[in-house]
Amino acid sequence: MERVPILKIGDTLLVSIQIDMEDQVALQLQEDLAERIVATGCGGVIIDISALDIVDSFVGRTLATIASVSRVLDAETLVVGMRPAVAITLVELGLSLPGIRTALNVELGMEMLARDHGDSEPDDTAMQDGDDAAVSAP
Amino acid sequence: MALSSDEAGRFAELLKEREDEIVSTWAERVGSTLRGRLSTAELHRQTVDLHHAVQGALSDGLSELSDGAGGELRALLAELSGSRARQGFTATETAVSVFALKDAVLAALDHAGDERPETLRDYVAFSSFVDQAALHTFDSFVRTREELIADQAEQLLELSTPVVRLWEGVVALPLVGTLDSARAQVVMERLLQTLVDTGSPYAIIDITGVPAVDTQVAQHILKTVVAARLMGADCIISGIRPQIAQTIVALGIEFGDIATKASLADALRHVLKLTGMKRQER
Amino acid sequence: MTSPTTDRIAVSSDQDVVRVRQLVRTVAVSVRLSLVDQTKLVTAASELARNTLVYGGGGTVEVSRVENGRRAGIRIVFADQGPGIADVDLALTDGYTTGNGLGLGLSGARRLVDEFAIDTGVGQGTSITVTKWCR
Repeated sequence: MERVPILKIGDTLLVSIQIDMEDQVALQLQEDLAERIVATGCGGVIIDISALDIVDSFVGRTLATIASVSRVLDAETLVVGMRPAVAITLVELGLSLPGIRTALNVELGMEMLARDHGDSEPDDTAMQDGDDAAVSAP
Repeated sequence: MALSSDEAGRFAELLKEREDEIVSTWAERVGSTLRGRLSTAELHRQTVDLHHAVQGALSDGLSELSDGAGGELRALLAELSGSRARQGFTATETAVSVFALKDAVLAALDHAGDERPETLRDYVAFSSFVDQAALHTFDSFVRTREELIADQAEQLLELSTPVVRLWEGVVALPLVGTLDSARAQVVMERLLQTLVDTGSPYAIIDITGVPAVDTQVAQHILKTVVAARLMGADCIISGIRPQIAQTIVALGIEFGDIATKASLADALRHVLKLTGMKRQER
Repeated sequence: MTSPTTDRIAVSSDQDVVRVRQLVRTVAVSVRLSLVDQTKLVTAASELARNTLVYGGGGTVEVSRVENGRRAGIRIVFADQGPGIADVDLALTDGYTTGNGLGLGLSGARRLVDEFAIDTGVGQGTSITVTKWCR
């Protein structure tokens, strides 16, 4: 069975999914990641899915589980590089991946994690305020 | 009614013998319906070509237009009606180019003073062959028109969907004109692709130029915003007209937590504030 | 146009679901489905093939090119000899699941295709036919 490699870059684990995953491979990745987070003490996980031409509900659910598990292990997960056609399909499928943070590409994802990590608490609230202001505006 | 090989042969003979006479009557009839929109020389050349193709097919013993022997004639008819369709002639004007052959042949028969009883039978069979040819012309005409319309629709879509880069990391999609479901879909796909290509985490969809939205279009915009979020980008909708706001509420469409701004300028200011804040924090 | 051809894959493991996805993708490209429609169809096929495997205990998937006047399309039939579905309406409700999935397989797949037909009964297995047309 193929295995998805996990790279460590600084305080971040980077996973780039390059194959059409069987369900078992996805589940294996979920386990491997949890172990690597604990072993390395990394604070962030970036999963690059730019090579995936589909994300079905199984992969979607696996990504959501990875995000939840890593949050419990005090690591923030970002899913990056989702293709437009995949995003449109997921919306139609009814899968909105709640609880998963996303970025357009690995670089923007790294920036986002760096920002989070810099001085975490005040940043987050500042961001939240900005978003809230947008919502309440006429 | 199919042409027997005898009949086909007799007409091939007739067309050959009286070529000049038939071509000139034929071209004249067609010319009078086209009212000078095609030059006489051009029309004459086309008629001669058609005449040769018909004569050739008949002398090869063709009985139905769909026969193997009719291949060249069918191709020529398709080409002729295609060019007529592109030049803006009507379907009738195009079909007359073929139907006029009947008149020309009838005139030639009259002229020959041929009054044998089988002549009528022959003529009816020949006439049904010409009808087949004209129907083929009509089909080709319609097909060409449909292709033209499809091409134009596509060009129109391309013309009407610019996605512009407004600022570092900000793209804008100024929508102008009525959005139907098909166009909304194309526009939105293009917007999402531009986000990826330019690595822009912010998109402003400006609908100032959109006179009305229906439920489907509003749903498309909503789905795009959700899809953009899945990809890691935020959309702001600007320029919602009062009537459209009324419609959105009346239709019970939930815009939820999607940011909306009065104008494109406000939306840009909002985005710059957000990104500026992030830059400072860094 | 190419004459209608049918490809058949037996589904009995995870790998077969991946093979179904790849076959559907190949056929979708060959009938010139748009990229978004390809993605929707392959995703729907993935959901339904997994259902065939997980709930139907395995079965077969048949992929064929079809034509409807001027439009080309793809028809996929997912068939199994499993326990069948007792309440089809309920099974097509978002979020309903008898397994441990998200309950989006059937209802979600239906939204991703143009035509969706389901033929099932308790103890009679399940056969689902979906079609996607070129625009």
